[in-house]
Amino acid sequence: MSVANNLSARVDDLPQSLRDEKFLAQLHHDMLRFVELQLQDRVTAEDLVQEALVAAMSGQEHFSGRAALKTWVFAILKNKIADYLRQRQRVVDIASLARETDDEADFDILFDHRGFWMPEDRPDRWGDPEAVFAQQQFWTIFEICLTQLPENTARVFMMREFIGFDTSEICQELSITTSNCHVILHRARMGLRLCLEKRWFAPED
Amino acid sequence: MLNCKQVTRLLSEAQERDLQFKEKIPLKLHLMMCAGCDNFRKQIDFLRQACYEYAKGKPKSWPDPS
Repeated sequence: MSVANNLSARVDDLPQSLRDEKFLAQLHHDMLRFVELQLQDRVTAEDLVQEALVAAMSGQEHFSGRAALKTWVFAILKNKIADYLRQRQRVVDIASLARETDDEADFDILFDHRGFWMPEDRPDRWGDPEAVFAQQQFWTIFEICLTQLPENTARVFMMREFIGFDTSEICQELSITTSNCHVILHRARMGLRLCLEKRWFAPED
Repeated sequence: MLNCKQVTRLLSEAQERDLQFKEKIPLKLHLMMCAGCDNFRKQIDFLRQACYEYAKGKPKSWPDPS
């Protein structure tokens, strides 16, 4: 990188940025929210956030702006959550999970008796993801929709989609069958897309 | 012939495992004819992408200090 580029690009390092109280408060808030969606235990969530921040601060990396810095801190946080989930399996309550998936029929109302979409429930076009992701308000709705999923179903979904566990690893950790695991993830997707379609993509309905 | 309910199940499973050839053909045929299911396919891709962005800390970004 040339000297001129170096001067024009905004470079942040973490220890310095963390001295900016506003930045730190916002970062901490976002991290805590992220963990609390996945674990019910507030004390553990706070511990994991602290651990991730300490780990991040011991690095000497520089970042081209605070968004990049935040991504890096979140990557550390994700690893901390993954370790925690691997060590303890109490995050998902198996009995409740079974109850949540008992009611196989609840998405059936979207389909007619032959299993085809009811006209009014046919999925719409959502458009360009990048344009949607750029809107701050979308993420608020996204979080609300995640919290409206059945609790344990949501946790399995987040282990898969946030932390990136393989389905086989999740099944094994929870001692459930692969097909059961697929059903749970499918139901999470059905619930989430339905909520987003109602609350974000077609709020006038 | 698959119905939409079966297709949504299969599309969701395709996010977990590679579908077999014998599953892919009827799925493709259905998607060519059914806009609803094709939108569903795009929607669950969208969900995966949204989760990925969320877990990267994408939301609540703030302007870099000048």
